[in-house]
Amino acid sequence: MEKRITTPLTAEKVKDLRTGDTVLLSGVIYTARDAAHKRLCELLEKGEKLPFDPKDQVIYYVGPAPAKPGKVIGSAGPTTSYRMDAYAPALIREGLKGMIGKGKRSDEVRETMKECTAVYFGAIGGAGAVLANSIKKAEVIAYEDLGAEAIRRLEVEDMPLFVIMDCYGGNLYESGRKEYLESVKK
Amino acid sequence: MKEISAEDITSVIRRLCMEANSYLPDDIKGKIATCRMTETWNLAKNILGVIEGNFSVAENDFVPICQDTGVACVFLEIGQDVHINGNLREAVDEGVRQGYTDGYLRKSVVKDPLDRVNTGDNTPAMLYTEIVPGDELKITVAPKGFGSENMSAIKMLKPSDGIEGVKKFILETVENAGPNPCPPIVVGVGIGGTFDKAALLAKKALMRSTDVRNEDKLYADLEEEMLEKINALGIGPQGVGGATTALAVNIEKMPTHIAGLPVAVNINCHVARHRSAVL
Repeated sequence: MEKRITTPLTAEKVKDLRTGDTVLLSGVIYTARDAAHKRLCELLEKGEKLPFDPKDQVIYYVGPAPAKPGKVIGSAGPTTSYRMDAYAPALIREGLKGMIGKGKRSDEVRETMKECTAVYFGAIGGAGAVLANSIKKAEVIAYEDLGAEAIRRLEVEDMPLFVIMDCYGGNLYESGRKEYLESVKK
Repeated sequence: MKEISAEDITSVIRRLCMEANSYLPDDIKGKIATCRMTETWNLAKNILGVIEGNFSVAENDFVPICQDTGVACVFLEIGQDVHINGNLREAVDEGVRQGYTDGYLRKSVVKDPLDRVNTGDNTPAMLYTEIVPGDELKITVAPKGFGSENMSAIKMLKPSDGIEGVKKFILETVENAGPNPCPPIVVGVGIGGTFDKAALLAKKALMRSTDVRNEDKLYADLEEEMLEKINALGIGPQGVGGATTALAVNIEKMPTHIAGLPVAVNINCHVARHRSAVL
């Protein structure tokens, strides 16, 4: 099913999403990848305030290419999510409701998603030029020294995503493959 | 003796870095188009459609196909009758620096693998030089993304493992990678040599057109068989299920030691970039 979703992403909206749904996401989202996640979790450990409040927010695992003159942002497709697995549960516990990336997640992340009602979206890896077109505004809000890895506040419009893991334990990487293989056997 | 200036090398590498990141080789585009036609799984078909559309946007707007514009792997085949005026290493890095800066490409290289501070200009290049007969200099730039590089693997098999052991290891590596390396992938395999040579062969295999099979029939058949076996896994584009997990398996081989059977599997995503020029 195709669903239009606007951030902030409340638990109610998350509960409505199912593995395999295609989603057009609009609103504000935040970027963070390896280095930014490390810093965010160091702040949490010290009990300090994060550069943005993760409550009901979505983090996009991306390190965009620099913007060409006249463009909002450079190519901006997802990076592989498992590298953020060590940090994601702490952020989900702080209220983070959505993650956008590609690839497998750890059991711990999946359990925390179930427990705290969060969703994992997939964006098409390698389709960075097309995905950049759904980003209407981009602004660095923290860790400018990290360059591509800085935290950016993005405003997106109809960003094409699909639900890989929902808050009920569904996993498209398992079910999609299984259903496809069954369809071939028939 | 032919004289080639370091400045000319810099300017060619600058151009190749930019072009390789926006223009995909025709064989890859052709393979994606064919797979989209034959793919039976709906979501998989849609994803292949978006991937094709993305190639057009990148080409028309001259922006990178993928934001991971990679580490610049630079291969130089230097004719033995060529003399280079100037510092070759610096000329190559200057080309990468200019290409990635002027081309608005992402700088993805850290100076130290543990300290992890970005070099800020995507240097140094991963530089390979080879001396060949003749008086030409062939330059190939292959920007390599790490989503797929991280899913690559190498194993020192025993001679008794034989061809079945090789098949098992290739299949296992692709299966373990699953959705992570952005399938549909191109699988580069290096068999033989030493630990390091097998890895280099696997990388070089990714540089060969996916329309060309190994000239040795045994290996050409192995390429075909492995492509079929990989696509029967059902991983599909982006791992959502489907018939299109790999676009091609390219294998390179070389002589090896009586005691060994090194096998390296270097995975590339569908953005299988490389571009060459001859000076």
